[in-house]
Amino acid sequence: MGRPFGGIVIETLIVNVLLVLMAFAVLVLARTRNLFAVVVLSGIYSFLMATILVALDAVDVAMTEAAVGAGVSTVLLLGALHLCKSEEARPAHRPWLPLLLSLATAGLLIYGAMGLPDFADPNAPIHQHVAPRYLQNEVDVPNVVTAVLASFRGFDTLGETVVVFTAGAGIIALLRRRKHKEKGREGIAMRDDLVLLVVGKLLIPFILLFALYVQFHGDFGPGGGFQAGTIFAAGIVFYAIIFGLDKARRVVPDRLVETLLAAGVLLFIGVGVAGLLLGGNFLDYFVLDKDPIHGQHRGIFWVEAGVGITVSGVMLKIFYMFASRGQREGNEE
Amino acid sequence: MSVIIDILSGLCLLAGAIFSLIGAWGLLRMPDFYTRVHAASVLETLGAGFILLGLMLQAGLTLVTVKLLIIGILIYFASPTASHALARAAMVRGIKPLLAKPEE
Amino acid sequence: MLAGATLALIVCVVLALLRAALGPTVFDRLQAANTIGTASVMLLALFGFLNGRPEFLDLAITYGLLNVIGVIAVLRFFRQGDLGAGEEPR
Repeated sequence: MGRPFGGIVIETLIVNVLLVLMAFAVLVLARTRNLFAVVVLSGIYSFLMATILVALDAVDVAMTEAAVGAGVSTVLLLGALHLCKSEEARPAHRPWLPLLLSLATAGLLIYGAMGLPDFADPNAPIHQHVAPRYLQNEVDVPNVVTAVLASFRGFDTLGETVVVFTAGAGIIALLRRRKHKEKGREGIAMRDDLVLLVVGKLLIPFILLFALYVQFHGDFGPGGGFQAGTIFAAGIVFYAIIFGLDKARRVVPDRLVETLLAAGVLLFIGVGVAGLLLGGNFLDYFVLDKDPIHGQHRGIFWVEAGVGITVSGVMLKIFYMFASRGQREGNEE
Repeated sequence: MSVIIDILSGLCLLAGAIFSLIGAWGLLRMPDFYTRVHAASVLETLGAGFILLGLMLQAGLTLVTVKLLIIGILIYFASPTASHALARAAMVRGIKPLLAKPEE
Repeated sequence: MLAGATLALIVCVVLALLRAALGPTVFDRLQAANTIGTASVMLLALFGFLNGRPEFLDLAITYGLLNVIGVIAVLRFFRQGDLGAGEEPR
């Protein structure tokens, strides 16, 4: 456990200051009519949220929040923004009743939260049941979050992965049009922005490599499938933004992305079925190897790989769908 | 020896903090978009550079220093690129810099 | 000294946030967002040292990368109106 700096006072002060900043950002965001500014401000909000999570020592969550909220979400919201007007319409009625309801609910929640035990109190009830058993770390993986995510609560993660897959499948079902060969707009890459081209060529391999690092380092430090999948997709999105969607589609074709979407979930379920076939329960890792601990390592490795594959496929597919829809509409006008 | 390193690291952190504050203050107070970009770049290069240097001195020769170096290289490549792209996009959009009035 | 640098950076974030709220043009807000991102990377590195956990540095690298991607995506959208087009005819 890291030693808290300057005692609990400074940490509380910093967290409170950051929370106030977040509230300020949200207030400005709620009052702005320009949707573009809203997207930028929500990116700032995500950065601040991730910083608060770091100050509260929740590193895995912070990494996921940074990757998803500040990076990919901004890009996807922009893609959606292109398809609609950029000014928010005036509301049709005055919002007094919703405001009253929100304040009442907030009041109830705050009143309820005051009855909770102190933050990080070791005698709190939630720390007495499963937490001691998790912390005894019978699966021998240094990062407790990964152990809980992939091993102790593996079914839950399977459900989450299927939800992510369903989101991707839903987007495909909603936005797919009849396929027609897209001719024209074959890429002449941008020649007038040389700085972006060069820096992009330098950064993109590093981003992809870093995504792999985060994926496989998830046992020992912050990381894991969700973060790695998002960073990988962000790398390819970066390539598409600088060099053109057509080129990106040639590097990572649609077929491949759709295959990845499904392959991750299948891999996850496959690990579970392997546990069944080898004589244990579904998603039982102990039977995956002669040495049960090594079986755990194997199980967690493949399960996280499955999660990473599906998440990267879904993010990339959503980006492709949004960006190409904008392209087609531009072509039709 | 370690006292010297501590003092140096403290000085670097102090310099980094000062330059960051100067940059942010400039971002807030400068009269025109292009001057604000210029002010923010102080934060991104000098501020970040000195703070990272101070942290590297504290970390010694370990993996942490290598990671800090990677962060430094990343910031040095990425932030000026973003500023360049911003200024260029603003130029294309027609935002004119605030120029001094010609002497009559 | 670490705590002092942390507080200075938080003040920088506050100032940049003010610019993001004020900025008359959208480019001001974007520059402020970029600065907040870079300041957050620094803050993360400092938090890591203060908490005694060097694993935070992975997080700082993630932030830095996503900061760049986010700003350039916004600019590409702004300049060309959609995220797919990569070509501009000469």
